[in-house]
Amino acid sequence: MSDAALEVQGLNRAFGALPVTRDVNLSLERGARRALIGPNGAGKTTLVNLITGALKPSSGRVLLDGADITATSQAERARRGLARTFQINQLFRGLTVLENLCMTIGERDGHCNNLWRSAGSKRAVIDEALDHLDSLRLVDDSLKLVRELPYGRQRLVEIAIALAQKPRVLLLDEPAAGVPSSESHLILDVVAALDPDIAVLIIEHDMDVVFRFAKEITVLVQGAVFTQGAPEEIMANADVRAVYLGEEGHKGRRHV
Amino acid sequence: MAASDTESAARIVARERAADYLVSRHRFQWPEALPWLIAIAAFFIFPDRMTFGGQVLIMVLFALSLDLILGYAGIVTLGHAAFFGIGAYTAGLLIARLGYSEPISTLFAAALMAGLVGVITGWFLLRYRGLTLLMLTLATAIMLQETGNLRSDLSGGYDGLPGLTISPLFGRFDYDLYGHVNYLYVLGVLAVVFYFVRRIVYSPFGQALTGIRENVRRMHAIGSPVHRRLVTVYAIAAAIAGVAGALFTQTNAYVTLTVFDFDNSAKVMVMLILGGTGRLYGAFVGAVVYMVLEDYFSKLSPTFWQFGIGLLLVLAVLFARRGLLGLFEDAGRRLSKRKKP
Repeated sequence: MSDAALEVQGLNRAFGALPVTRDVNLSLERGARRALIGPNGAGKTTLVNLITGALKPSSGRVLLDGADITATSQAERARRGLARTFQINQLFRGLTVLENLCMTIGERDGHCNNLWRSAGSKRAVIDEALDHLDSLRLVDDSLKLVRELPYGRQRLVEIAIALAQKPRVLLLDEPAAGVPSSESHLILDVVAALDPDIAVLIIEHDMDVVFRFAKEITVLVQGAVFTQGAPEEIMANADVRAVYLGEEGHKGRRHV
Repeated sequence: MAASDTESAARIVARERAADYLVSRHRFQWPEALPWLIAIAAFFIFPDRMTFGGQVLIMVLFALSLDLILGYAGIVTLGHAAFFGIGAYTAGLLIARLGYSEPISTLFAAALMAGLVGVITGWFLLRYRGLTLLMLTLATAIMLQETGNLRSDLSGGYDGLPGLTISPLFGRFDYDLYGHVNYLYVLGVLAVVFYFVRRIVYSPFGQALTGIRENVRRMHAIGSPVHRRLVTVYAIAAAIAGVAGALFTQTNAYVTLTVFDFDNSAKVMVMLILGGTGRLYGAFVGAVVYMVLEDYFSKLSPTFWQFGIGLLLVLAVLFARRGLLGLFEDAGRRLSKRKKP
């Protein structure tokens, strides 16, 4: 058995008659930095949903640290160290930023099974939450409701939550999407500074980010792996340029 | 050097302030004493209305149980009367069929039965959300009612179980005609249950419930066993509704199958929304306002009293989306803003 942190084997999924994931094989070594790119509608987010268990595959297997998790629930996968961020924010909007983080830590460590003691009584949880917020410069916002924050800051909370899960495998679905370029550098700095032990798969449209961050690239086209390899190989690949770079153009940020 | 020192000092202050909020949030605040003081004051001011007072407190308890699942966990249900009914019939059947009438242990039995039904039905139903769940909870309550109808030999059918006599409280205090003992008894039970609910709401489990309400997708993604959490809180709420039902039987000394009525489920939901969901005391405000107005309107116009309630609900939905408590909160915030220049 390989020492892949995450392995996807022969994954298939269709929505009705439309196949959106076709025989995808993918492997993330420990500490991997892999980018998943492809034109719109290539099935990138569907693949993330299949890996995290939000969707069930029609065939194929997903392995986390060598263990088959294909039949495991989404929550159980998360508890085993698989975290994700969402392309569109999925936050506890009516709660404070700090509560968003404390809840994540509480669920991670099983505190949330406790019905009796007060949520604020474990100082270590609060301190850890504040540490995560500190690293994303969110401490000043910690008592604000998430819905009161500008979208770019919410995006940071999205990442802070994923980091607070202390994952071993992290799937980032367009972390800087919808963030003004003046703020996106902060997100990208955070992504670049991630713990080298975490295996990271990032979906990203901005080729500058992809080439700066990723050591390997997987190109997804119409639900199937078109090719994968080192960034230089992908850049040099004429077919990739035709289906993806050629079509999309190397025009930098799309979401401004 | 100095600049970075002040910066880190400011950061530490910000951290402390944030931490303080979470650490002290669950502490008792003086306005919380208000509803209890009013309840005690009412005992002395309206000594001849204590039977009605007991009914109001029972509805507060019932609405409180709904707040736990609707206000905190975001579970919408139109069948909450099912658990009220189970509790009411547990108390009724214990007296009428088994001759067991000790009041307090009856409450535990009612909580247990309703909680058990809560676990079983919740296990199946809480996979669904929204409209589907609304219909399924409604159907559950109707099915339980019809089960009672089917076994009218046991339940007494729609005639119910009349003339139930309860043993003296603690073996000493007899239930008087004016409902004085009963009022204090119900108030005591309400206070104990409220303490439990308050602890739950401010616990990490309670936080997780609000997380499920706010964003269930994210809860799955951070590894929360959502279904288990929902079934747990559903069972707790069911048990509390069961206690309210048992108190209802004990207060009225009779019980009929109407306790399972859709009306009963809808009424408690209206009360809670009127008072304000997800804020504990919304149950108090809503139940008291609803019951007092219902009492007043029905005397004013025995045929059209529901018009008044309907109008109130329309006004609340239009102008007080977060309930009457939400209105108070807004007013309070505006006042404190005006104080600060």
